[in-house]
Amino acid sequence: MSLVFYGESFSSRLLLGTAQYPSPQIMKSAIEVSGCEILTASVRREAAKGRDGQKFWSLIQQTGCRILPNTAGCKSVQEAVTTAHMARELFDTPWIKLEVIGNDDTLQPNVFGLVEAAKILCEEGFNVFPYTTTDLGVAEKLVDFGCQVLMPWGSPIGSGRGLNDLYALRSFRAHFPDISLVIDAGIGTASHATQALELGYDAVLLNTAVAKAGDSVAMAEAFKYALFAGRKAFEAKAINPRDMAMPSTPVVGTPFWHTHD
Amino acid sequence: MSSKQKAIVIGSGVVGLTVADYLTDSLFDVTIYSASSGPDSSCCSWWAGGMLAPYCEQETAEPIIGKLAKESLVYWQDNAANYHSLGTLVLATQRDLPLLYDFKNKTESWLDVGRTDIERLEPHVDRRLISGLYFENEAHIDPRKTLQKLEQKLKAKGAIFNYGQRLSDEYIETQLNADWIIDCRGMGGKKRLSSLRGVRGEMLYLQSDEIQLSRPIRLLHPRIPIYIVPRGNGLFMVGASMIESENDGPISVRATMELLSSVYTVNPAFGEASILETGADLRPAFDDNIPAIHQDGRYLSINGMYRHGYLAAPAMARRTLDIVSGSASLEEIRNEDYS
Repeated sequence: MSLVFYGESFSSRLLLGTAQYPSPQIMKSAIEVSGCEILTASVRREAAKGRDGQKFWSLIQQTGCRILPNTAGCKSVQEAVTTAHMARELFDTPWIKLEVIGNDDTLQPNVFGLVEAAKILCEEGFNVFPYTTTDLGVAEKLVDFGCQVLMPWGSPIGSGRGLNDLYALRSFRAHFPDISLVIDAGIGTASHATQALELGYDAVLLNTAVAKAGDSVAMAEAFKYALFAGRKAFEAKAINPRDMAMPSTPVVGTPFWHTHD
Repeated sequence: MSSKQKAIVIGSGVVGLTVADYLTDSLFDVTIYSASSGPDSSCCSWWAGGMLAPYCEQETAEPIIGKLAKESLVYWQDNAANYHSLGTLVLATQRDLPLLYDFKNKTESWLDVGRTDIERLEPHVDRRLISGLYFENEAHIDPRKTLQKLEQKLKAKGAIFNYGQRLSDEYIETQLNADWIIDCRGMGGKKRLSSLRGVRGEMLYLQSDEIQLSRPIRLLHPRIPIYIVPRGNGLFMVGASMIESENDGPISVRATMELLSSVYTVNPAFGEASILETGADLRPAFDDNIPAIHQDGRYLSINGMYRHGYLAAPAMARRTLDIVSGSASLEEIRNEDYS
């Protein structure tokens, strides 16, 4: 089964951010080699006014990827809603990655503001991709208001700590079996992405891990294979871990003198 | 009458002036046209940090920048104003130490420094900053005074300055009469260079009588890395944001707060400093953030300096001279081995 966001199918399970690369050229090469089909673009208001960010945005659009505009850095409901309106106009898309940041330092989502903003934007016809915590109550509200995608964090933005709370992420997956789930934030290296997909998550959204890697293009390629491996392993239904060794060759019939080697 | 060839340089930023300098040292009569009214704030070079930091820049720049920078350092030793060869100190707070390790992995020629070394190098850096990297082979200059010094040098050599002349592309193509026309306008030349983009940078000038720093300090941060460059006499330049936007309007409140809160981390006494100036301008850049020379017959353009104006301009100017004097072709320069 391929990845589905608001009725549209995608074959790549990677969503890449477009900030912090050493140069736009390196960013484009990384995107290309990763096979990624969806890019997030942050809409800062100073760049949106007068379309001053157009030059960079057209570089992103040239990749042919679907653009998921992002309300990065917004701290109030009003800011996030205004930014979403600007994004819809700039990129001509109902898609919006909704971030309402609760704390400048930790960049934790403000879940109260998030739910409020998601309600407004869903009612206005946006396809909302909310960046949230693993709190099930918050996520249920987001789904009630019309979100068909949920994006819980793996760990705080840019921390590179991977999946901090496996138990919470497993329950989240189990609680929303039919919603598209994306791990957003905290991914540091390829194995984190594999792990997310092995848990049954549908996709992974990341930026810093590739943009700030010593070799962004090579890391983008690593993620491509990591996601492939994670999804394959999930579909292949991994064995359950157990406490005792289980010999892969039958013990019965083994010559008795071999047991003392 | 002079038998020299005639060259017109358009633009009086660091690229225009260094190109003019290389050409007037050689076999050319040089005339400079500039939209500015002199070395002033209308020019991106006016707002530069003036850090000659080939090693620190390895963090994000391609290897070619390192080579251009090392060549340029030699030029600036003789031609810059207030050239100080005192290195760069890169610092991170305890919580951002992983950023320091990443920085180390991507750069060369640093020394690990702890609290005692930092205290010895920069006694006025806050005691809570206990780990850093010292890049001893780097230098810094005063960009504004350097522009003025170059202008004086060029005038003394007979170069002619035509200030207040914003030439249109059409005028440049049809009306200018010279053996070579060298376009060094930065963002002013973007109509002819469709792939040129502006990257917004915002900065502050602070005055403090309490704080003394000898060399540029870079404070790493996941979102707001800053640098402080001492200009002498209690004057400090603080920069710079990097925003993918071509808005060249005044500095935003957010950028001001971000720059100031980082400065405050380096030394809380900055809280008592005066804000003398704020500024914002656009860095001209190509997709790869590497400067490039373009040629169309007798017309040459040198552009895309990005954040490496002073770092790379003299080296680019020397390559321009190579082309106009026939000692290298554009192709040879493009295929140079930078590894």
